[in-house]
Amino acid sequence: MHSFRFSAEPLPPEVEAARASIRAFLDAEREAGHFVPHRTSWTTFDAAFSRRAGAAGFIGLTVPEAYGGHARSGLVRFVVTEEMLAAGAPCGAHWIADRQSGPQILRHGTEAAKRAILPRICRGECAFGIGMSEPNSGSDLAAVRTRAVRDGDDWVINGSKIWTTNAHQVDYLLALVRTGEPGPDRHGGLTQFIVDMAAPGVTVRPILDLSGHHEFNEVFFTDYRVPDAMRVGAEGDGWNLVTEELAFERSGPDRFLSDYRLLVELVDRIGPEPDRFQAVETGRMVAQLTALLGMSASVARLLDQGIVPGVEAALVKDVGNGFERAVPEIARRLVPVEPSLSAQGDAFREALGGVTLRAPSFTLRGGTREVLRGVIARGLGLR
Amino acid sequence: MSRMDHAVEAGDMVDGIVLDQVERLLAQHLTPALLAACDGAVDATAWPADLWTALAESGLPLALVPEAEDGIGLAATTAARLIRRCGWAALPLPLPETVVGAALWSAAGGDANADALSLVPGGPVRIAPHTDGFVLDGRVAQVPWGGSVASLLLDAVDATGEPHLVRIAAPGTIRDTHHNLAGEPRDTLDLTGCTVSTDEVRAAPGWATGAGVPAVEAVGAWVRAQQMVGALESCLGSALDHAQERQQFGRPLAKFQAIQHMLAEAAGHVAAASAAADLAAACWGDPRFVLATAIAKARCGEAAGHVAAIGHQIHGAMGFTQEHPLHRATRRLWSWRDEFGSDALWQERIGRAVCACGGAALWPMLVRLRGGAG
Repeated sequence: MHSFRFSAEPLPPEVEAARASIRAFLDAEREAGHFVPHRTSWTTFDAAFSRRAGAAGFIGLTVPEAYGGHARSGLVRFVVTEEMLAAGAPCGAHWIADRQSGPQILRHGTEAAKRAILPRICRGECAFGIGMSEPNSGSDLAAVRTRAVRDGDDWVINGSKIWTTNAHQVDYLLALVRTGEPGPDRHGGLTQFIVDMAAPGVTVRPILDLSGHHEFNEVFFTDYRVPDAMRVGAEGDGWNLVTEELAFERSGPDRFLSDYRLLVELVDRIGPEPDRFQAVETGRMVAQLTALLGMSASVARLLDQGIVPGVEAALVKDVGNGFERAVPEIARRLVPVEPSLSAQGDAFREALGGVTLRAPSFTLRGGTREVLRGVIARGLGLR
Repeated sequence: MSRMDHAVEAGDMVDGIVLDQVERLLAQHLTPALLAACDGAVDATAWPADLWTALAESGLPLALVPEAEDGIGLAATTAARLIRRCGWAALPLPLPETVVGAALWSAAGGDANADALSLVPGGPVRIAPHTDGFVLDGRVAQVPWGGSVASLLLDAVDATGEPHLVRIAAPGTIRDTHHNLAGEPRDTLDLTGCTVSTDEVRAAPGWATGAGVPAVEAVGAWVRAQQMVGALESCLGSALDHAQERQQFGRPLAKFQAIQHMLAEAAGHVAAASAAADLAAACWGDPRFVLATAIAKARCGEAAGHVAAIGHQIHGAMGFTQEHPLHRATRRLWSWRDEFGSDALWQERIGRAVCACGGAALWPMLVRLRGGAG
């Protein structure tokens, strides 16, 4: 009998207690007009919002106090992130650093890197991008060709990264580059470095997405010099580190709450007396979402206990992305409107328009649906 | 360690012992021959009396009744695991119905007994005062093992519209016997003129009703959701085994990417359905019970169709026969998803409740459901 390591145990009361303060912060932000929930999502880059969130103590929650953090449990961070997602807060200027780059530097970075960077992350003043994909290395991450060559105390990097969200606005990338031969399993010879976007030798080309927004970029490295102190983990250990990083990237509530505000707008647009079709489909989505919330809380609990639940995390992302993709497709059948990005004053039409154009990315970013299903199949013992 | 810790640990141990016992009894009794003999779709329906006696002698009918009321006092989450195990094994007896029916009756202040009990679906039966009790008026259909159980638990309503929970001795005569797609008996019984004493007419506990859903329908949906998790796990497990054993084109089916992706998709449905049913299990006896049950029945019912379809596709023609045991899981999934309210009905109820409260109330509701401070 195959069973997964999910449980319905509620989060501890001291963790739930964190909800009130993050909600008060988000309510104040919204009331001050700092963000409009249906227009923003967790990838929306808003440096001022992130600085205020950092000052209020909501970033770097799990980082030790010595590095400017708050030394709270991973579950407190889980509650804070799901509240930010549910509120539709613009988290792009701190999300990547808080979710994966910061924790990665804390576990595997040099003391110099930790001291230089972690306190700034915790203050919400330091944004990160993910330097994994390359023009010829998307899902096949082991095919990375950007190369770093040792030169004294430095490494010299040449090559390019692509689909780098907010590269034009972030302070650093955490980049996976080739420092040696791949070896028989293709996983060797890769190393992670912290890349300073302000240093010479880095150029950024914008790539506009479906909605015409500039979040994506291609990043070029030409004889870019990075000090060895900015290496994260041992030389050649990049594959293991990146696998660990992806476990954090894949299991969170950002994998099924990306378009939560569209669901909220939909419920309001339908109103208190739905017809049967509207009630059935709304109920179906809420049942799916409730299951996902239970699953992701379980994964957060396992991660907090130091267990890396690879299959369960992949299941949250696969089922979660499927849900996120379905919401706009269901919503448009329940309320007959024409989606638009410029439907001022009609939040539902605007939200539907924005999500429709963003939805294809949900099952691509952080590992495609097809890659995820391979991970799940391996976990089920099929490969 | 405090005394309470000891009590919790002792409770966990009892729970483990009970689950082991169920495991042993089912493994010992549920032979393919017995399962076939009890399958109304194939053969004359049998009531496996020896197995019921063995289950009853172990005290299992009162598994979820508190110890103070002479039950085992299992945690509801453990009782849910017991019921999932029955669903996994395709137990052809109404033990799941009896376990939750006795617990509901006990929670309503009634004296629960270990006799086989069934839950009557299909909404309230009319009752009216009678000499020293009440008289019933109505015909009930699709009653699980209605012709074999000792008593029935049903939702009733009197002339003033007041809802009641009624336990009644099952009438000896069956008006009509049907079977669900799994060959489980679903009987039609005429209750018109049957009388019960006032002791057998009670108010359902507040947590078990709400949003227009009467208590027996709610606990019936709860029990079917838990059974479906067991059948989903059985179907997925069988598909995983088959994919690894069956060779085509010189390699196991499991090595084909198309097969891997189908199984990964099925696993996602099983995981989500289990998570929803886990939540409902944790909400037994709690004000969140009806909503959590609605979500579990809706999510398990949705998973049932997908997982059964994938299970059959993986098994090929072999799975389409009575010779392969896959049908015990899939025919139950196709039956149980529609019993005590289909997934569409429960989705509709959830949707109406959510829309009535508006978009802003949804997130706090979701957080409260998971046990947090909404």
